[in-house]
Amino acid sequence: MWIYEKKLEYPVHIKSKDLKMAKLLVAQYGGPDGELGAAVRYLNQRYTMPTGKTKALLNDIGTEELAHVEIIATMVYQILHNATPEELKQAGLGGQYVQHDNAPFPTDVNGVPWTAAYIATLGDPVTDIHEDMAAEQKARATYEHLIALTDEEDIKKVLKFLWQREVVHYQRFGEALVDIYEYLDSKNVFDMSIKKEKSAE
Amino acid sequence: MDNMYFGNMSRSDMMKRIKELEFAVIELNIYLDNHPMNQQALMDFNKFTKELMALKEKYEEKYGMLTNFGYSQSQYPWTWVNEPWPWESGE
Repeated sequence: MWIYEKKLEYPVHIKSKDLKMAKLLVAQYGGPDGELGAAVRYLNQRYTMPTGKTKALLNDIGTEELAHVEIIATMVYQILHNATPEELKQAGLGGQYVQHDNAPFPTDVNGVPWTAAYIATLGDPVTDIHEDMAAEQKARATYEHLIALTDEEDIKKVLKFLWQREVVHYQRFGEALVDIYEYLDSKNVFDMSIKKEKSAE
Repeated sequence: MDNMYFGNMSRSDMMKRIKELEFAVIELNIYLDNHPMNQQALMDFNKFTKELMALKEKYEEKYGMLTNFGYSQSQYPWTWVNEPWPWESGE
């Protein structure tokens, strides 16, 4: 069960009409290393985590990622919502206008819609946590690229907040990985596939 | 935390403090997921959560519901539908 909290995790007040930046920001909405993928990735992997701690962590970081989806979509919404069709066209967002008007839509920077192909779930906790650590690093690098492409302080400070969340999540996943190895050691197995073979005996 | 403590705060100050407290609580929450035996982190989590809950209750009394599905009550008429929504206000 989830409830909605009618507030953003971090405030977003974009005064500029930097439409070209909006086109790039969608990378973190519906792109391969974006926030929507992060949320679905962790919330989908939590079912097969081996311990109470790792189930909690995937559940909670997945939930925080939903708040980040909202922050990114809010940035895109605020930049797009007063733009005229002509302004959108001039910013390379003619396709956006034709298919979505001024509404945010989860695609990558080239307009390719979000797909579950961006995420992985192997059901093996060591594999899945490695995927998550890589995902956080990819999202961190993407935020750095976005920060390098704008001088707008209103946009930059939100991107910096989201950037540092990637760093913290990476740290937490790293701890979880160590914990999973310790758990597997305590079960006297090297990896989950051996554990499964044993339990099948 | 009593009403006196929050009495002089403006709406934007209250929302800013809610965001600060919730940020601290999120950080402590995911830390505690990995370190459930850390008593200092747990005490901090409980302390900030107590202040956060009291402040949210006060905010909701004045400005309407922050949470749906039975996590807060509403004055008449139903405040959940009040605008602006977070993506509009940026808050």
